[in-house]
Amino acid sequence: MSKDAQFDVLVIGGGPAGLAAAVMAAECGRRVGIVEDNAALGGQIWRGEAQTAGSAAQNWAERMNAAGVELRCSTRVFHQPQAGALLCETPGGVCELQYSQLVIATGARERFLPFPGWTLPNVMGAGGLQAMVKSGLAIAGKRVVVAGSGPLLIAVAAYLRQHGAVVPFVCEQASWSSLARFGLSLLGQSGKLAEALRFRRQLQGVQFAAGSWVVEAKGKDVLEEVVISRGGKRQNIACDYLACGFHLAPNVELAAFLGCNININDGCVLVDDLQRTSVRGVFCAGEPTGIGGLELSLVEGKIAGFAAAAREVPRPLFAERSRMRRFAHRLNVAFALRPELKKLAQPETIVCRCEDVTCGRLSQHTTWREAKLHSRCGMGPCQGRICGPAAEFLFGWKPDSVRPPIFPVAFESLARISEAQHEPVGPV
Amino acid sequence: MPETVAVVVNGKRVAVPAGATVAVAIAVAGEFCRKSVTGEPRTALCGMGICFECRAIVNGRPHCRSCQIVCQPGMDVRTDE
Repeated sequence: MSKDAQFDVLVIGGGPAGLAAAVMAAECGRRVGIVEDNAALGGQIWRGEAQTAGSAAQNWAERMNAAGVELRCSTRVFHQPQAGALLCETPGGVCELQYSQLVIATGARERFLPFPGWTLPNVMGAGGLQAMVKSGLAIAGKRVVVAGSGPLLIAVAAYLRQHGAVVPFVCEQASWSSLARFGLSLLGQSGKLAEALRFRRQLQGVQFAAGSWVVEAKGKDVLEEVVISRGGKRQNIACDYLACGFHLAPNVELAAFLGCNININDGCVLVDDLQRTSVRGVFCAGEPTGIGGLELSLVEGKIAGFAAAAREVPRPLFAERSRMRRFAHRLNVAFALRPELKKLAQPETIVCRCEDVTCGRLSQHTTWREAKLHSRCGMGPCQGRICGPAAEFLFGWKPDSVRPPIFPVAFESLARISEAQHEPVGPV
Repeated sequence: MPETVAVVVNGKRVAVPAGATVAVAIAVAGEFCRKSVTGEPRTALCGMGICFECRAIVNGRPHCRSCQIVCQPGMDVRTDE
């Protein structure tokens, strides 16, 4: 295996935080690489936008190219053979990338909660369905119920309508009073308020209900209708798709695997003022340090980029980050999950979709580890990325340690682990 | 008319917009992606390479996350692996 490349700063994740970090470090003269799991740059929020003229995503992509950042798409990290090196699987085989400084910008995924029928075809994440439409799925004329929690629901509903979908209902589990408090807090932030009002206009004619959630998805082989709870009453709504996600969960697997300290309360990566993790030479920026959205990801990425390049961070970035973190905190409080949602999964409802482990089987256990060992929950290909956050919400179980490979890979790739560990590594 | 790409899903020829992912082609073909360990049909859930529900055999390679792969002309896709 070749030591394919050596970087002063290697960035894992090509979303807003990763792009900002890479551009800053490269503009400071460092040799920088980005590793991106997806086929294209931009992360989930900018999926497919790097080609859109005049978009923020394109501006960042242009700066990235101008600064000479090396981009490696369709590439995913699965192991660290030794400090300062990562093994990645690509469509063309395994590569080993070496670095002096690492920036983890692995973003977030949707949090899914199990309810009867959630494994039916055409029940998808809210961001998940949006990603599919951005990837070419025709949605015009389809009826889509958007449900779950978080600001993403509104954005997704507006996006789907723009693409011709009929959205009969948006169900937000947070209460009206909680949303109202959050709305008032936006008054101090003109940008956020303008965004909210723009979405409001785009959603004219769509029924939006707070304190509302899906209790069941029904259909023979595919989704046909959903049953929602609204103000204590149940209502059936026929639909082709259910786009359902409960806010976001940070992707902290790589950071945890590298030994970075994780906040036991919120499961996010702990960082200092300069976005440094507890591991020397490893920085973290964006959603893995706390769900906070696009602007916070950008500012954290910039700080991490300057810091990883050992340059002084411009002072205004710290104030901006503080302001964004306060906003993120209010947002996460406003969209906190209500306890009623723990009652949706029935004993026969599947929680772990990879291994088809039901809620009833899980409830016989007292810890995540015990449940894994006895039921195989979380031991399928997603490695607990979907059922882990669900089990944490349902049972209060904290995630286990992360072991290699941190992503399922081909046998040929696994064979490279021992090879890489036995080869001496030159100076970085 | 946007440019399209033709791929073969379970022996069926389908046309998708250029740049579409294999998961989209599977949906256009009206097929499910995989059968779960207890035999349930499944399709993509997360759409971003995390959940592995959209696994399929692409050009003979098993366990591909179809939502992460862009369709190339003539690609052979098999589901229900």
